[in-house]
Amino acid sequence: MHSDSDRQKVFSRRVAMLAGGKLVLLSALVGRMYYLQVIESARYATLAEENRINLRLLAPPRGRIVDRFGVPLAVNQQNYRVVLISEAAHDVEETLRLLGAIIPIGDGDKRRILRDVRRRRGFVPVTVRENLNWEEVARIEVNTPDLPGVMIDVGQSRHYPHGEATAHVLGYVAAVSEAELGGDPLLELPGFRIGKAGIEKVYDLALRGTGGSSQVEVNALGRVIREMRRREGQPGAEVTLTIDLELQKMVARRLAGESASAVVMDVHTGDVLAMASTPSFDPNAFNKGLSTEAWRELVSNPMAPLTNKAIRGQYAPGSTFKIVVALAALDKGAITPETTFFCPGFLKLGNATFHCWKRGGHGTVDLAKGITQSCDVYFYETARRTGINRIAAMARRFGFGRRLGLDLPGEQPGLVPTSDWKLATMDVPWQKGETLIIGIGQGYLLATPLQLAVMTARLVNGGFAVTPHLTRDMAAADGTTPRPRPASLGVAAPYLKTVREATTAVVNSLRGTAYKARIAEAGFEMGGKTGTVQVRRITKAERDAGVRKNKDLPWKDRDHAVFVGYAPVHAPRYAVAVLVEHGGGGSTVAAPIARDILLKAQRRDAARPPEAQRLTAVPGALAGRG
Amino acid sequence: MITVNALNRPVYTLRQKLWQIHWLFVLLLVAVAGIGFAMLYSAAGRSAGTGSFDPWASRQMVRFGVAMVIMVAVALTNIRLWLRYAYVIYLVMLVLLAAVEFGGTAGMGAQRWINLGFANLQPSELMKIALVLALARYFHGGSADDVRRPLFVVPPLLMVAAPSALVLRQPDLGTALMLIIAGGAIFFAAGVRMWKFAVVGAAAIGSVPVAWQFLREYQRTRVLSFLDPESDPLGAGYHIIQSKIALGSGGMFGRGFLQGSQSHLNFLPEKQTDFIFTLLAEEWGLAGGLTLLGLYVLLLAYGFAISLRSRNHFGRLVGMGVTTTFFLYVFINIAMVMGLIPVVGVPLPLISYGGTAMLTLLFGFGLLLGVYVHRDMVIGRRGAEEEI
Repeated sequence: MHSDSDRQKVFSRRVAMLAGGKLVLLSALVGRMYYLQVIESARYATLAEENRINLRLLAPPRGRIVDRFGVPLAVNQQNYRVVLISEAAHDVEETLRLLGAIIPIGDGDKRRILRDVRRRRGFVPVTVRENLNWEEVARIEVNTPDLPGVMIDVGQSRHYPHGEATAHVLGYVAAVSEAELGGDPLLELPGFRIGKAGIEKVYDLALRGTGGSSQVEVNALGRVIREMRRREGQPGAEVTLTIDLELQKMVARRLAGESASAVVMDVHTGDVLAMASTPSFDPNAFNKGLSTEAWRELVSNPMAPLTNKAIRGQYAPGSTFKIVVALAALDKGAITPETTFFCPGFLKLGNATFHCWKRGGHGTVDLAKGITQSCDVYFYETARRTGINRIAAMARRFGFGRRLGLDLPGEQPGLVPTSDWKLATMDVPWQKGETLIIGIGQGYLLATPLQLAVMTARLVNGGFAVTPHLTRDMAAADGTTPRPRPASLGVAAPYLKTVREATTAVVNSLRGTAYKARIAEAGFEMGGKTGTVQVRRITKAERDAGVRKNKDLPWKDRDHAVFVGYAPVHAPRYAVAVLVEHGGGGSTVAAPIARDILLKAQRRDAARPPEAQRLTAVPGALAGRG
Repeated sequence: MITVNALNRPVYTLRQKLWQIHWLFVLLLVAVAGIGFAMLYSAAGRSAGTGSFDPWASRQMVRFGVAMVIMVAVALTNIRLWLRYAYVIYLVMLVLLAAVEFGGTAGMGAQRWINLGFANLQPSELMKIALVLALARYFHGGSADDVRRPLFVVPPLLMVAAPSALVLRQPDLGTALMLIIAGGAIFFAAGVRMWKFAVVGAAAIGSVPVAWQFLREYQRTRVLSFLDPESDPLGAGYHIIQSKIALGSGGMFGRGFLQGSQSHLNFLPEKQTDFIFTLLAEEWGLAGGLTLLGLYVLLLAYGFAISLRSRNHFGRLVGMGVTTTFFLYVFINIAMVMGLIPVVGVPLPLISYGGTAMLTLLFGFGLLLGVYVHRDMVIGRRGAEEEI
């Protein structure tokens, strides 16, 4: 028993040491517990909340775009797509095979689906195919019992029911690019679309609306347990355009086949009633995602289908500019309506010879005849007497040389040259001969079809600086004041009247350059000015041998055909500018198009509902409509 | 010898023996188990504010009941019987361990447990108790002088090494660790000289690079992710980060019963088994954690007291071994959950869902209670060969 008491002593001592050691270790646990639960508690509590609550954004429906009568131009269409939830499908490949027998699924799609299924968690739906037609939806629905995990899902996609006819005005929406991210978290939603061009781009913020949010409690796998709070978003606002869809479609149809553009506007309010540029493109294709070939085709087409030529095409205005030259000369007193010059078919200035379009000459020409028959020599002389800077100043008053502030992206300013401008940019003084060339609307001068339409509107509306716009009530919706009445241009009314009457004669007098394109119907008559813009230099040798006809030239070398017009002549209401690239003569190609457009616009006017007519009358009265 | 024994050994009836059971200790066990049931009820809730007896709490209660009966039976069994059959039990366990280990490669699948009907039994778990019994018997048979001889410690070293090696092969780092440390504690309590521990310890540290080669890939990631959990928050470090978040968000008094968002939303892995302490700490806060720890300390204190009180060396060593094993469960689990040591897969005793650990523990506590019941029995060094 002696040995046992020995052992017991050792045991007791050792056990005391062990117990002490264990106590130290347990104290360490208590210390750690205190550290985590008290000292670091706030930090971990936040982390726990972040773990638990997941904010999901709800995309608001994009606002519609409608024409001036409320006809929808851009709408949201239900987009049926078939999705696969892999955890519900027993065998994904087998399900896809069965589904492939019902609707076509490409091999590439199949690979993408299988890849997505592997990458994502089992309850996240994987899109199999989008934009299903109704028949496909029905076929899938009927077969759902045999297709576990396959579901039809409805999303919204932008649709433009009038496609190409409205493409340049409306623009299009497409997926958000990397550079556009930032700011609105909505942009990060998968599948979210924003306006990339046209009205869709300019009014993107209003159309977009504000996103709602849904606070959901999720588990560690991201599966939603329940919704805690839901805040509905604000759907995008509806945007009403000044466009008249019927007129717009008619204009687009009339220009089809040409590389051309046209603008129709209300001369008093500045409402753009139609604006078309051909060839056009299908904006719906951008939403679905364009194939590389289709994109390359659009970009490499020499007729530039993606460019809205009405505001981005810059051309020499040709003889249509004679309106501005005439007013500048009258304003300066360089000529009176009665001043006459003799036109032998050319004018010599120093060593240079400036030719009239009519080889034999117009004989004795006064202002009215100069405009009506578009005598170049008359305007060479008038421009020489007026001087480049006076012409430039008048051109600016009529809206040339700067952006008019139309609510579309990418508007070009055009160019109105002055002597100072030339010295500054080319370091060469202005030549007298260049003034003469400007006198017939050629040379450095550049203008957009929109500027030509605005010039015409300002000529016939009594000399007010009307500006063009595509929307009416956005200004009021923004909280800003309604548009003020346009200011006067400060051009004497008799001068305006003289020139206007001359342009009426262009179309309606037998000798006028556009007589063949006149509107014969009483009360609907139009006035206007033709223009034929030379795009190549005619050499002396060619002039001696006989100037080649347009039809003998390659397309790229043919003249641009221009016409600016207005109607009705007794109380002008609509102004139009038509420009057909490389179309030939303004009188033969552009004027007939303008005639058809103005006739249609006036007929629409008579057929228009009375309420809408009232609305278009005075811009100040529009604010109340909201 | 019989007469001597007859003089030294008080003879109790079964009823008297029942009275000798340390019922306060049993009450503490029930209290801890009760906390466990509440936690399992909460863990089964599908969202905040709900709980469920199904599937864990109800089954755990049944197991606890069965294991309690076994515990009392073990406690009432004559301690000499455990002494006599200590080696037999150890060998049977070793064979079973080898059988499930090598059986796995022989085509039985990865089944490392034996179905007992109400619980699945892992031999590696019961080995923890069998090893304590075998070592206690070995040291019971040696005098204080014997223990000082270096050769004397070789057989018990092998007794520790054999099951540890088998368990490591599985691989079950946590159980191997517990076998080695609990074995070491018995060596220490039996009076093995300090320098011998130093030698073995030095050898162990020296073998770390070698052992690293034998670790499975996932075990290495566990160790590495322990060293820097933030480096891979969704992979290996996920367990630790999420359980720290749960603990931290519990704060002083917790989020309230059934309100733990971390656990109820499944951010916590294995919340009903190894990580159940995080659930407790999240819902009851520091106060709850300390309460549970306090109950554990009381159980440990009684364990030590019972060991010291025993008048036979076998009883002392068994009591101490069981207490140390229990301590290891507590310490390794909580330290692992709080990110103090790598995740090794040791359950929280009496709380975590699982039959084997429950049975092992209550079997061990049965032995401990048996030591208390037979505390005044004196058993000679050769007591195992004596007649009962």
